Amino acid sequence: MARRLNVELGRRYRFAASHRLHSAQLSEEENQRIYGKCANPYGHGHNYTVEVRFSGSVDPGTGMVANLADLDAFVNERVIEPFDHRSLQDEVPVFRDVVPTTENLCKEIFERLKSFPQAKLEAVRIEETSNNSFEYAGD
Amino acid sequence: MVYLTRKIEFAASHLYHNPALSAEENRRIFGKCNNPHGHGHNYALEVTIAGEPDPVTGMVLDLKDLKEILEREIMQRMDHRFLNYEVAELKGKIPTCENVARVIWDLLEPKIPQGRLYRVRLYESADLFADCFRNGTGGAS
Repeated sequence: MARRLNVELGRRYRFAASHRLHSAQLSEEENQRIYGKCANPYGHGHNYTVEVRFSGSVDPGTGMVANLADLDAFVNERVIEPFDHRSLQDEVPVFRDVVPTTENLCKEIFERLKSFPQAKLEAVRIEETSNNSFEYAGD
Repeated sequence: MVYLTRKIEFAASHLYHNPALSAEENRRIFGKCNNPHGHGHNYALEVTIAGEPDPVTGMVLDLKDLKEILEREIMQRMDHRFLNYEVAELKGKIPTCENVARVIWDLLEPKIPQGRLYRVRLYESADLFADCFRNGTGGAS
């Protein structure tokens, strides 16, 4: 049991957004077959919950892996502000060419948060509904 | 390998204050968590044990035993207590979610009679938690 004890900080955030699952590389029939009602032309929405986990050493002076106020500000600026109450494929540039599935959303949010300076981003987990969740921990 | 998780909840109060820092620095770093009389949370603790099920009982660890260990080591020590003043293991430490989770890990690890402690996840609220696990065992949920 000489292995080091790791500590990770987990935090959950929420935003509401609409999306439409539709690929320009597929025919209308294929889109309908693959994505079903998620391909309906005007899109639909979800209340997304984003769970992020960061690792790092616990600062002996503060007892923290990362300052929560700083983390909240970082996530708000990079994810919540640009995504909340938006249409993902219409208003978030990366999703003009990438289908905004929650798998791809995990990867995009991971990219946006991995430069947080105080701790290392380990994983992004998104609950699209209370029954569906997706997790990305980097490649 | 099979992973067994048990959850308990306890209510406790705490405050964040580092006597080595000035009042202004404490306020800047810890914000309202620095309020002198403290505040409280309903903590939820998930304890995960890893092991192979016993061929006779089919259990990784008898849940009754785990329940008793959690009652003795955690509930009796922390439930309805002020973490800064009443939990000896936290003396001199800021009782952040990270530090409380670490203390819980240290209390539980030597007490698990079968299997091994795999992960401690402590929720301070539904939106904030800390995970502890040994190097290389992974923190994925």
